[in-house]
Amino acid sequence: MIFRVFDKDQLQRLYDVLAVNHIVGPVCKGVNQNSAPLYDFDFVKTFSELKLDYSSTIHSLKRFVLPPRETLCTFELGDDNWRKRLDFNVHEPIVFFGLHACDINGLNKLDKVLNSVVYPDPYYVAKRKNMFIIGVNCSPQPFCFCRSMGSDSALHGFDMFFTSLGDEYFVEILSATAFEYISAIKSREPNERDHARFKEASEEKINNFTCHVDTTDLTKILDLEFQAEVWKTWGERCLSCGTCASVCPTCYCYGIHENVNLDLQGAEKIKQLYSCNLIDFAQVAGGHNFRPESHVRLKYRYYHKHRGFVEAFEESLCVGCGRCGESCLAGITVPEVIASVRGLER
Amino acid sequence: MSADKRLYLGVPVERPKAAFFDFTSCEGCQLQMLNNEATLLDFLSLLDIVNFREAMSERSDDYEIAFVEGSISRADEVERLKKIRAQAKILVAVGSCACFGGVNQLKNRFGDLDWVKREVYGSNPVDSTEVRPVSAFVTVDLKIYGCPVKKEEVEVIVTNLVLGKSIVHPSYPVCMECKANHNICLFDLGEPCLGPITRAGCDSWCPSNRMGCWGCRGPAEVANVEQLREIMLKHGFSEEEMIDRLECFGGFSTYLSELK
Repeated sequence: MIFRVFDKDQLQRLYDVLAVNHIVGPVCKGVNQNSAPLYDFDFVKTFSELKLDYSSTIHSLKRFVLPPRETLCTFELGDDNWRKRLDFNVHEPIVFFGLHACDINGLNKLDKVLNSVVYPDPYYVAKRKNMFIIGVNCSPQPFCFCRSMGSDSALHGFDMFFTSLGDEYFVEILSATAFEYISAIKSREPNERDHARFKEASEEKINNFTCHVDTTDLTKILDLEFQAEVWKTWGERCLSCGTCASVCPTCYCYGIHENVNLDLQGAEKIKQLYSCNLIDFAQVAGGHNFRPESHVRLKYRYYHKHRGFVEAFEESLCVGCGRCGESCLAGITVPEVIASVRGLER
Repeated sequence: MSADKRLYLGVPVERPKAAFFDFTSCEGCQLQMLNNEATLLDFLSLLDIVNFREAMSERSDDYEIAFVEGSISRADEVERLKKIRAQAKILVAVGSCACFGGVNQLKNRFGDLDWVKREVYGSNPVDSTEVRPVSAFVTVDLKIYGCPVKKEEVEVIVTNLVLGKSIVHPSYPVCMECKANHNICLFDLGEPCLGPITRAGCDSWCPSNRMGCWGCRGPAEVANVEQLREIMLKHGFSEEEMIDRLECFGGFSTYLSELK
């Protein structure tokens, strides 16, 4: 890995160099009732919109790799023939400017399911191949438990990663393209003092975590507590609205349906992201529903994230970004659910 | 309207004779049917429309599909509705009024309907009964939800109806569509919303325009009303404010009796 240090006043220069491409980054979308800014990932039109010191975003950046609705293909229907048109819906590369480690790790986890498998998802892969990713370090929010999930630091899956050191950025460079871009601005080799400052920044971040999840033996405990009453308590609160899965950076479940055009001359096949909390998620042909109860659906979501995926990939599917708990109106949060299943009431 | 038969993958598709009827309503749902000029001709080509007061002057009582808008609020409406049911092979309830009673059923919450009549009509009394949805009097084969109905959804439903494909309503609440539209949750902006319990399909029409959901499409297949009540209270909205919303279109009447 190559390390460089550059002055923060060089950032706009770097932005301008990159801005020949579409740039997606954290922007402010409004303020909540307590006048706190609400951030989300969106296309950035001017440098001043880009808020690299953002706390967290409402939604993950999933919509840029797994859109909530995506036309997989269209059909032209003739009288005695039909033609299928395929489009992976990637039109130009996108620069993702300012992702936190949790979101980079979220993409790395999605890659394990949708990319590094026998049958990769070409729609996802096409979008992933056209991403240039700039990470930026963060300050842990009260709901962040990424450190518990091992996602507080990104080892790969980015082109460059910035760590703020006062008036300067310490930058890790992982790709040749990133090196070329950094060469376009004034930067220098890090010295001993920069190393020390980087380690201090890293140490400070670790000390600022206030939210934790104990994952010790969690796969086994989830198995042991499969019939625990506590699931029913959470199920009573669950709205079965799918918000948790919608904001989750790693929920990838979906359904597919086809619509015939109104003129009957064409049709389209549409993929729609779905949530395992929705009532008909496990409903099969013939109408039988394997999971008609809210608490069972909620439980299986936790089983997939914290047990099934761990057994398959030796890591959790949850990155600990805390978005699901923040956006759940019923206040169902991962740290509380897991603590309750462990028998540790908070 | 062309009488040519449409082909679907080389197979002729019947153009079913269809009629549109209105009962107690603003007739806005029927207006929605005519509202999209870009697709209107294709829409009209799917159906052989024989009766549609808002769109044409010819009338015929020979039809297979009846689209019924409006709630039932007079004795003569019941008779007219039963005649339509006797003629139609498929009766479609269109919009919140037909499906749940709609805004009109708000008068039912006054116990004394004679008082209501006097207040509204004074010395010119009219026949007016308790407002009921269409399904209170006849069998409804298909419902199209919304106040008003969403034209894009109507187009998909009518296409599937004509092709004999199954018609599936979203089982999930508006939150799914609201999140798909990357909206900020209205509760975060200090606005009450019935999105978490209301059936989707509107593409979060109101919340996307920063107006909280009033539940016009009725309950989602899971509607955790009790939990939403707690959420409303937690966000500083009174139970009365929530009940106002739940009562507005009539879709949540069964849940209201539990709350009260």
